[in-house]
Amino acid sequence: MFQLSEEGKEFVKKQLARYEQKESAIIPSLYRVQDENNGWVSPEAVDHLSQLMDIPTARIQEVLKFYTMFNTEPRGKYHVQVCTTLSCGMLGGRELCSTLMKEHGVHKHGEVSKDGKFSFSHVECLGSCDTAPVMQINREPYLESLTEEKALKILKDLK
Amino acid sequence: MESKILSEHYDNPEFRGLAGYKRLGGYEMLAKALKMDRQKIIDEVKASGLRGRGGAGFPTGVKWGFLPNNGEPRYLLCNADESEPGTFKDRKMIERAPHQLIEGMIISAFALGVHKSYVYMRGEYVGPGKILRQAIDEAYAAGLLGKNILGSGYDLDLDLYMGAGAYICGEETGMISSLEGLKGQPKLKPPFPAVQGYLRKPTIVNNVETLAAVVTIIRDGAAGYRKYGTEKSAGTKLFSVSGNINKPGTYEVPLGYPLKDFIENECGGLKPGRKLKAVVPGGSSAPVLTVDEANRATLDYESLASLGSMLGSGAIIVIDDSNCMVDVLSTITHFYWHESCGQCTPCREGTGWLHKIVDSIIHGQGNPGDVDLLVKVADQMKGRTICALSDAAALPVISFVTKFRDEFEFFIKEGRSKVTGKGPTHAQMHH
Repeated sequence: MFQLSEEGKEFVKKQLARYEQKESAIIPSLYRVQDENNGWVSPEAVDHLSQLMDIPTARIQEVLKFYTMFNTEPRGKYHVQVCTTLSCGMLGGRELCSTLMKEHGVHKHGEVSKDGKFSFSHVECLGSCDTAPVMQINREPYLESLTEEKALKILKDLK
Repeated sequence: MESKILSEHYDNPEFRGLAGYKRLGGYEMLAKALKMDRQKIIDEVKASGLRGRGGAGFPTGVKWGFLPNNGEPRYLLCNADESEPGTFKDRKMIERAPHQLIEGMIISAFALGVHKSYVYMRGEYVGPGKILRQAIDEAYAAGLLGKNILGSGYDLDLDLYMGAGAYICGEETGMISSLEGLKGQPKLKPPFPAVQGYLRKPTIVNNVETLAAVVTIIRDGAAGYRKYGTEKSAGTKLFSVSGNINKPGTYEVPLGYPLKDFIENECGGLKPGRKLKAVVPGGSSAPVLTVDEANRATLDYESLASLGSMLGSGAIIVIDDSNCMVDVLSTITHFYWHESCGQCTPCREGTGWLHKIVDSIIHGQGNPGDVDLLVKVADQMKGRTICALSDAAALPVISFVTKFRDEFEFFIKEGRSKVTGKGPTHAQMHH
């Protein structure tokens, strides 16, 4: 049964008081839950958040499902999101994602590698088209101007 | 021509922190504005001809003028959701000059009588988010935000709100929904946000670059700003340049600058041996230009509109002759299918159809008549929905299949690309 840490609960309480209306706290609180739950938001976590925030689960669910940065299924320790829109698409983003998936024995987007370390997805324009192709791992700053060699090494160096 | 009125110091790392920003003249215009009559600031912005730099190009001063004087609390929201494919100029500005945005926001908020303001930033912008957060904290510590700013008696609170991945939150009513803790679905207009916006209170939503430009308008005056650009497209603009180009990046040039010169001179031209094939001039929603059209275009709202396209967010994607236009379009149709918020039927269903038809062509399963079908579907998506996403999805499709029809017909007939000779690839299959 998922529970936020004490610091996590404190964070959610602060968000509830931070904005003009408390529903604005849903997005920041979902991020917190995802960070504390190995990168995804489980149904139990939604129930927990609903009680903590005194907001119906359906209201939290609709926000959770609407935004791409929230994962509703387990992900690898490192969720690798490769941009494939327009400039990144033209400059090898899709081929890059295929190469990385092949290297880690993953066949489908969202599937987790056997060692639990990696999952992959295509994402829409990350807004870094001058340094295409680009990827983002979890919620970290972008990895830019990638080549297949460079990206493979980045993943290899992740513990 | 020296025209970097906004980005003069962007390459100077000092400009990023408060101390350096101040040393280079930062926050002097805030001190000046706080002594000005509020209406005078609004009049100056109106007279400058500044138009919204996020994509729609609506005159900023006119938008500000829609705020009713009914004594209700009002809000200023900065749109940093920057999600139009090809666009990254706001991110670069926030990374290099976060205080310029904050200064522009304080001046604008003061003029509008706002005491609470938010920057809504796309969730993926983790790096820029940290930089802006730090700058906001610095500004509070220095008495530039909070109570009694610079001893003027004016109070303003400014907070940063991170989204969570949805293109539609760049649409101003979608952004307001998102900030209110809802799905980011746009609302029917009217009422416009200036009358009923955030929490159903009067709200102004302006783009990052628009708000930063207010600082330069206070500095140079409306007349000074109008020295750049054209009569109807006044001032300078930041352009995001990417694709098959030697020097991709962000460039500030006066509006009205010839697109051909811009690509060849400012951006270093194309790779050796490559020829220009097409240019997307204003983000993926802007209809694609052929070489002939690109050679005639100038970078302003009117020229691009007269060519059936638009300046949009100023995102220029350069496409050379190595690209298959069916493949390029497939990334665009996938994008709009993924990003449709789903509330209006023509958009929800239409974006799905466009994506599936283009993908079936790419997968070698196209049917004769698919080109006409794409145009027919796209035509029925125009002007029938709450927001502009549906039109934004339809227009590029019509332009691609009309202007590069031979490539689409070839792919349908032969099951492979006319340009690369390749059939469906493994990478494309992952869609």
